[in-house]
Amino acid sequence: MRVLVCVKRVPAPGAKINITEDGQSVDATNLGHTMSPHEECALELAVQLVETHGGESHVLTLGTSEADEQCRWAASIGINKATLVDVDSMDWDPQRTARALTDSIRSIEEAAGAFDVIIFGNESADTGGFQVGIRVSRALGRPMVNAIKGVEIAGDVLEARRETDNGFEVYKLPMPCAIGVKEGITWPRYPTMRGRLASKKLAVDSVSSDAAPGGQMKVRLNRPEEKVSETVVLGEGPEAAAKAVDLLKELGLWPEGASS
Amino acid sequence: MSVLVVVEHDRGQMADASLEAFAFAAGIAEQLGVTVDALLIGADAASLADTCAAHGAATVHYVEDAALADYGPDAYGSTVAAAVGALSPSALVASGSDRGNEVLAYAAAELDLPFVANCLEVKTADDWEMTRVQWGGSLNEDARLTSSMPILSSAPHSIAPGDSTVGAVATVNTLDVALPESATATMIQDRIVLSEGVTLATAPVVIGGGRGVGSAEGFDVLEALAAKLGGVVGCSRAVTNNGWRPHSDQVGQTGTRIAPQLYIACGISGAIQHWVGAKAAKKILAINTDPAANMVVKADYAIIGDLFEVLPAITDAT
Repeated sequence: MRVLVCVKRVPAPGAKINITEDGQSVDATNLGHTMSPHEECALELAVQLVETHGGESHVLTLGTSEADEQCRWAASIGINKATLVDVDSMDWDPQRTARALTDSIRSIEEAAGAFDVIIFGNESADTGGFQVGIRVSRALGRPMVNAIKGVEIAGDVLEARRETDNGFEVYKLPMPCAIGVKEGITWPRYPTMRGRLASKKLAVDSVSSDAAPGGQMKVRLNRPEEKVSETVVLGEGPEAAAKAVDLLKELGLWPEGASS
Repeated sequence: MSVLVVVEHDRGQMADASLEAFAFAAGIAEQLGVTVDALLIGADAASLADTCAAHGAATVHYVEDAALADYGPDAYGSTVAAAVGALSPSALVASGSDRGNEVLAYAAAELDLPFVANCLEVKTADDWEMTRVQWGGSLNEDARLTSSMPILSSAPHSIAPGDSTVGAVATVNTLDVALPESATATMIQDRIVLSEGVTLATAPVVIGGGRGVGSAEGFDVLEALAAKLGGVVGCSRAVTNNGWRPHSDQVGQTGTRIAPQLYIACGISGAIQHWVGAKAAKKILAINTDPAANMVVKADYAIIGDLFEVLPAITDAT
C-alpha cells in the first residue's frame, strides 16, 4: 500500500497570536513551527496503515525551504519518503497550492507508482481554507471525504467514518481515494531516538512549481475585537454556589422542581 | 440574478447552520440589489421549501434524483456546480459547517473558481472584499477576491439567523441535473448512532473540564451537574491528550465548536485552541482557582475556587 500525507508548516502559537507590523503574517519571532494537529494525526495514520498493510509512506508539503523541518519530523515518526514543493512564500492561495500539489503528486506517481490513499488534514491550522484536499482529489479524479475520524480497509475499499453530533456517518470509498482527517483519528506517537537519527539522513526531494495563482488574495491580518466588559466575579469557593444557581435560574437553565 | 444558498439538511431535517447562511446571503443580496434563492438537494428535501421561503428565498430550486437520497459530498458538489451552470447566480453561499465547506469546495473545484471559506463580512465591488477567520477564529483576515462568481461560506455562529415570515409559501422550480456516475462514490453508506438526545453541539448548557480536573474520575462532579441541568460534559485538549476523556468530548479549534446558552468552564486555563471553540457560547461562567487565568478574564462570570467544592455545592442546591 502506498500512502501519501500532505502537511503544511505553520507557526506554533502560544497563549496569544501576534501579528507582524505590516499585517502580513503571524509574528513567529519567538515561536517554533509545527503543523496542524489534524496533520500530525494524518502522519500517524499513514505510518499505521503501512505497518499493517506493508508498502511505503510519503509526506508532501508546499512551502519555503524551512518546511524541510516538517518533512524530517514526519520521517522521525516513520514516514519513508518526503517531497518539498519549494516556493518563495508561505502565502500561496488555495487554488495555486492545489495546482502545485496536484502536479507534484502526478510526478511522484509517474516515477514510483500510484498512491492508494492520500491523506490531508481537515483544514490547515492557520488559513483554514477547507478546500486544498478536495481540489487536488478532484483534479486527480479520486473520491474524497473530509472530516474523517475513523478508517478501516477491506480489500479495495476504504471505510471512512465521519463524526456527527450523535455518532458517525460511514462512507465506503473505492481506492485509490483521498480523505481529510480530524484530530482524534489516531494518537500521534513521539519520535524515537532512532527515528530522529533516521530523519537527519532523509533525502528530501525538493521540487519547484510554476502553478498559476488563483483568485483569492490576502490583504492583511487583524486581531478580532475582544470582549471589553469586565468579568463579574460571583464569589469565592462553595459559598458562591447560590449566585451560580441564581444565574442558572435567570437563564432558564435551572430544572423545574429543583427550585426552592 | 440572485445569491444562491445551498441549503444544508440531513434527510429532510434542516440544519440550524442553514438559517445563518440565509442571513449571510441576505446581506450580500442587499448590496447587489438581487434576490436570495435557495438550492434544495435530495429526495427528502421537498418539505423544506416553505421554510426556505420563510427565511427569504424568492425561488426555491429543487433537485430530486434517486442518487441523491442521502448526502454525498461529490454528488452534492456536482449538483451545485450544475445548478450554477443552469441558473448563473451572482454568488453562491453556504454555511461554513463540515458539509457546507465541503460541498462548496467540491463545486469550486469543478467550476475552477475560487472559494473563500468562513467569512464574517463581505463588501461587493468589482473585486469583492471580505473579512474571514484564520486560526479557527483567533485572527481575522481581510481578503480580496477576483472571481466571475464568488463562492463564499459564512463562519459558523458569526451571524444571527434572520426573522422568519410566518406562512410563507415557496415558489418552487424543479431542476434536472445529470449526475456523473463517479459522483456517487462518496455517498453515505451507513450510520452509527452512539447517543440520543442532547449533544455537545446542541446542549443548552455545557460543563467543560480542563487540566484542573486532574483525572478521568475527576469528571464525576461535572457529570453530576450536567445530569441535573440536562447538559453535556465537554473538555479541553489537555484532557483528551491525557486520555481522561474521548476526543469526541473536546471543545476547541480541532474539536467541537459549541454555542450553548451557558458554558461552565471548570479548571480550564483558556488556551487559544480551546477559546475559539467555546467563544460562541451566549454566556460563560469560569470556575477556577486562578483569578488571572485567561478563561476567567474572558468569561462573563467567574467563581474563584476549587471546582471540587464549587460544583457539588451547585449540584446539591435546591
